[in-house]
Amino acid sequence: MSIADTIFALSSGQPPAAIGIIRISGPKASNALRALSGSMPDERRASLARLTDPESGDLLDNALILWFPGPNSATGEDLAEIHCHGGRAVVRALETALENMDGLRCAEPGEFTRRAFTYGRMDLAEAEGLSDLLFAETELQRRSAIQAAGGGLSRKVEDWQNNILRLSAMVEAELDFSDEDDVTPAQLEVMQSAAAELATEMKNMLDRPRGEKLREGVRVVLGGPPNSGKSTLLNALVEREAAIVSSIAGTTRDVIEVPIAIQGIPFLFIDTAGVRDEGAEQIESIGIDRARQQFDVADLILWLGPEGEGPPDSNLVEIASRWDHPEYQPKSSCSLSVSPLAGAGMDELVTLIVDRAKEIVPRGDEISVNKRQADHLGKAQASLDQISGSQDYLIIAEQLRLARSALDALTGRASTEDMLDSLFGKFCIGK
Amino acid sequence: MENRLFHVEQALAVRDHFDLKPTFRYGPNMNSDFDLIVVGGGHAGCEAAAVAARMGVSTALVSFTKDSIGAMSCNPAIGGLGKGHLVREVDAFDGLIGRAADAAAIHYRMLNLSKGAAVQGPRVQADRKLYKAAIQRMLDAQDNLTIVEGEVASLIFDGQTVSGINLADESQITASAVILATGTFLNGKLFRGEETVAGGRTGEASAVSLGQQIRDANLPIARLKTGTPPRIDGRTIDWAALAEQPSDDDGWTMSPLSSRRDVPQIFCAVSRTSSATHDIIRNNLHRSPLFSGAIDAQGPRYCPSIEDKIHRFADRDSHQVFLEPEGLDTNLVYPNGISTSLPADVQEAFVRTMDGLSKADIIVPGYAVEYDHIDPRALDRSLKVRDLDGLYCAGQINGTTGYEEAAAQGLIAGMGAACAIQGKAVPELDRGTSYMAVMIDDLVLQGVTEPYRMLTARAEYRLRLRADNATTRLGTIAQDIGCLSAERERWFDARQSQRAAVIDQLQVVHSCEAIAGQGIDVRRDGTKQSLFEWLRFPNISIASLEGLGISCVDIDSGLLAEVEEDARYAPYLQRQEAELKDLRANEQIRLSDDLDYAAIAGLSNEMVERLKGARPETLAAASRVRGITPAALAAILVHARRREVKNLAA
Repeated sequence: MSIADTIFALSSGQPPAAIGIIRISGPKASNALRALSGSMPDERRASLARLTDPESGDLLDNALILWFPGPNSATGEDLAEIHCHGGRAVVRALETALENMDGLRCAEPGEFTRRAFTYGRMDLAEAEGLSDLLFAETELQRRSAIQAAGGGLSRKVEDWQNNILRLSAMVEAELDFSDEDDVTPAQLEVMQSAAAELATEMKNMLDRPRGEKLREGVRVVLGGPPNSGKSTLLNALVEREAAIVSSIAGTTRDVIEVPIAIQGIPFLFIDTAGVRDEGAEQIESIGIDRARQQFDVADLILWLGPEGEGPPDSNLVEIASRWDHPEYQPKSSCSLSVSPLAGAGMDELVTLIVDRAKEIVPRGDEISVNKRQADHLGKAQASLDQISGSQDYLIIAEQLRLARSALDALTGRASTEDMLDSLFGKFCIGK
Repeated sequence: MENRLFHVEQALAVRDHFDLKPTFRYGPNMNSDFDLIVVGGGHAGCEAAAVAARMGVSTALVSFTKDSIGAMSCNPAIGGLGKGHLVREVDAFDGLIGRAADAAAIHYRMLNLSKGAAVQGPRVQADRKLYKAAIQRMLDAQDNLTIVEGEVASLIFDGQTVSGINLADESQITASAVILATGTFLNGKLFRGEETVAGGRTGEASAVSLGQQIRDANLPIARLKTGTPPRIDGRTIDWAALAEQPSDDDGWTMSPLSSRRDVPQIFCAVSRTSSATHDIIRNNLHRSPLFSGAIDAQGPRYCPSIEDKIHRFADRDSHQVFLEPEGLDTNLVYPNGISTSLPADVQEAFVRTMDGLSKADIIVPGYAVEYDHIDPRALDRSLKVRDLDGLYCAGQINGTTGYEEAAAQGLIAGMGAACAIQGKAVPELDRGTSYMAVMIDDLVLQGVTEPYRMLTARAEYRLRLRADNATTRLGTIAQDIGCLSAERERWFDARQSQRAAVIDQLQVVHSCEAIAGQGIDVRRDGTKQSLFEWLRFPNISIASLEGLGISCVDIDSGLLAEVEEDARYAPYLQRQEAELKDLRANEQIRLSDDLDYAAIAGLSNEMVERLKGARPETLAAASRVRGITPAALAAILVHARRREVKNLAA
C-alpha cells in the first residue's frame, strides 16, 4: 500500500441516497477529474459538470465537482470531490470509471485519515471534533458487539477467554515452574481435549447465521443469460421499476441491488448482467465479471437460464420463468415455474425465498457474530485446533497466546498479567 | 558427607591457587569530578558502573564498604527460568554477572532441559566469596572506574538537575549523572516474629536520610516486602538421608567467554516439609508479622513465605525444599522454599520436623523485610527519572527482586546514562528483541504491585528470546554502542561469521530421498526443500546431515544448537515477525510526555488514570497499558496528531 497511489472512495453513506460524495486524493486526482469532466474547475468552487466515461464516452452523471489542490486540502494532497446523484448504479459507474484509470485504486478503510495524519492536516479536517466522531464510530461498534443478543456474545467470549487463560496458566506453570516443585504436572491429554472442546464450541458459533445478514439483507441473486427475464422477475418481486427492462439482450450492464423486506426479513435482490460468454462488448463484460462475483457471495441464486447451466452452487434454485412467454422452456419437476407478468407461481417463489432466508438469518433469541467477529473467532478457533496435534508445551503456549490475542481483538485487551493472576491463583508456586 | 568435604578442600586449594584476594584503587581526590556516579555496589550498581566505564565514561562507584561490593544478599544462585535469559543478555553486552557466576559456580543446572530451548534456564549455585572476588577483580581491572568508600548522605540538586552527591563525611562528589542502585536500603524494616529492626540486610545500616530526600523530591514511593529463609548449619544436616541433586555434567557455562568450569562441583539435596511441620506453622500463624498485621506491604506471589503457602494451600501435606550450600568453605546452607518471618523458636521447631533436618541448627534465622521502592512508572525507558535530569534508578529500588533483574537494570541505566553523557542515541530495545526490554517496558508502563521477577511467561515473543541466542540477538547492538572489550569483539565477530557460514551451507535444497539416504526416517512424498527447512523435523540435526556436505567440525556446539532451534520454530518465528512489524510501526509514533489524557474525549476515567500513571512514550506502549481498547487508541492517536499540528502552526 503505497502513499504514491491516488486513492478514491465513496465518502458519504451507502447508496441509495440523495447525493453521493466521491473523494479522490493523490497526485493523479487532477488527471482523474479532467478525464471525467473534460476540464478543470476553479479551485474551491462548486461547478456543475457533465461526467462521461473516458473510455466509452457514455454519460455517467451530471454532478457537482470540487477541486482542492494540495497542500491546502483535507488530506494535504491534491483532492477532488464529486457530488453525484446517490443511486447505486451512478455511484458504481463512477467508481468503475475511476478504478479503470491507471494509478488509481480504492482507498483502504481509514486511508484518507491516515494521509491527513501523514501530511499534518488533522486540524483542518472539516469536523472540528473529529476525534469525537471517530470515537463515536468505534464505540458504536463496540457497543453493537456487546449488545448483540443482549450482551450474550461478550459473555460467551469472556467465558472462552477465561477458559483459555486457565489453560495458559497450566502450560505456563509447566514452563516456568515445573522445576520448583509444588506444581501438579499439567496433563497433556487433559489440556488437548479442553482446547479441542473450546474449538468445537467456537466452530458451532461460526456455523450459525451471521449477524450482518440482519443489517445487509439476505443476498438473492438473479442469474441467467441475457434476455432470460431476470429483470422482469426482479421487477415483479420488488413490485416497482428497479431495473431497466428492455427486450434488447444485455440492457442490464451492471449489477443492480434492490433492498426490500418480505415478512420482516431484509433482502437484497441483485440483478446481474446476463451471463454470456461471447459477443459481449467490453463494458458489458465487466458487468458479467461482476455477475460471477455476485454468484460467489450469494445466499440464494435464482437461475433463469437453461437447466443445469448455472454456476455449481448448492444455493441455486432452478426457475422456469416466463411461463406465458413464447420461448418458455419447462424445467424438471424440482424447479419452480413462474410467470412474473401474469403473477402465476409468484406466491410459491416468495414462500421458497422466505423459507431459505429463515435458515440464513439469525434467530432473535440466539447469539450471532458478524463478519469482523467471525474473522477473529475463526483465528482463535484455528489456533486452538492446532493444539491437539502438538506435544511441545512451547507451541501449545504460543497457540494459546494467539487464541487469546484473537479474542482480545474481539472484545478488548486482556494482558499477560491476567494470565499470571490465573496462574498464581491456581497453583502453589515458589520456593 | 565425606564426598562433600573432599570437594571443599579441593575448592580451597583452587582459590589459593588463583589468589582471589580483592584489591581496590581509590580516587586521588575525593572532591574530584566524574561523568557518572553510581551509588550502591550490588548487582545493579556494579553492572551500571562497569558498562559506563566500558563505554569510556569516567565513573565513580560509591559503596558503604568496599568489601560489600558484589555481595549476594539472598539465595546464592544465579540464573533460572527467565533469569538465566537476563544473565545471558547482560553477558552479550560484556556485563559482569555471567562471567562472575562461572568463576564462582559450584553447581550447574539447566532447568527445563526436557522442553524447548526457549524456556530452558541456565542456573548455577555460586560460592559467595568467589563471586564477590570475581566481581571485585573485574571492576578493579576496568579502566575509567574508581571505587569510593563512603555513605551517601544526600543528592546535590541544581534546580531540577542532579549534579552530584554529599557524603556523610561532608565531602562532595560532582558528576553530570547519578545512578541510584541502593537496593532495599531505603527505609528498610526487618521483621522476625514480634521483633522489628530498621535496616536493609541484617547487620547493615539503612540509608534513611537519602530515602527521606527522595520522598521530599516528590518521587512516587510505594512499599513492598520480601523474605528470606533461615540459614542452616550444613554440618547438622543428615545428607545421607536425602535425595542428591548433582551438578549437570555437560560443560555449559553461563558466559560463552568462560571456556571451562574452574571451580569444583558439589551436589544439592532435596528435603520435604511434613504434616508435623505444617501443624507447627499453623499453630503459630498469629506470631507471624504477615498475619498479625504488622506487615501490610505486598509480597511476591511466586515466592510466598512458608506460612503463606500453608495458609493458602491448606490441602497440601508437603512442600519440597532444596538444600543449597552457600559456598565451598562455609557451613551455611540455604533451604530454598521456607522463606519465613516466624519467631526464631518456631523456625527451629519446624525445621527439625523436615526430612534429614531432625538435628539441624539454624545459624541465622529467616526474616521478612519491608522496604520503600520508587514507582517505576516515574522512569523512562533508560530508567532515568522523567521529571529530573541526571538521576537514574536501577535494581530493587524500582520494585524488582533478584540479582539478574537488578543486573539487567544496571546495564540499561548505565548504558542510558553513558549515552546521554556522550550525546549518543540510546539503543532501541523492544519486547521482540530482549527480556531486558520486556522488563523495562513492564516496569515503566505497568508499575509493580509485588516485587517484580522475570518469568518466561512475561515475554510474548518468547520463542525468539532464548537464552542460547542472546548474543545473536543483541551482540550487534552492544558492538555499535561501544561497550564490548576487544576480547569480546573478537569472539563475537568470529561467531557471527561462523553462524553465517553454517546458515549459508543449509540453504542447499535436497529431496526427501537424499535425506532418507542419510539413514533418517522421513516420508518419501517428493518433498524438496532447503536443509534449513528439513531441520524443522525433530529427528533431523545438523550433525545428521554431514553426509550431504555439511561440515560442522570446528564449529561451537552451542552455535549449531542455536541454528537448529531457529529452524525448528521457523514458521512460528515468521508469524511473530509479522506481529512485530505492526508493533514497531506503532513504536514509531511518539506520544508527548505531557499529553493531557483527561482532555481526550471518549476515554473512561479509569483509562485516564492508568495512562496518567504510565505516561506511555509511544502509541505501542499505550496499547499495552491495561484496559486500553483499540477505540481508545484511535482517540489518543487523533488527539496527539492534532496537537502536533497546532504546535507546529504556533
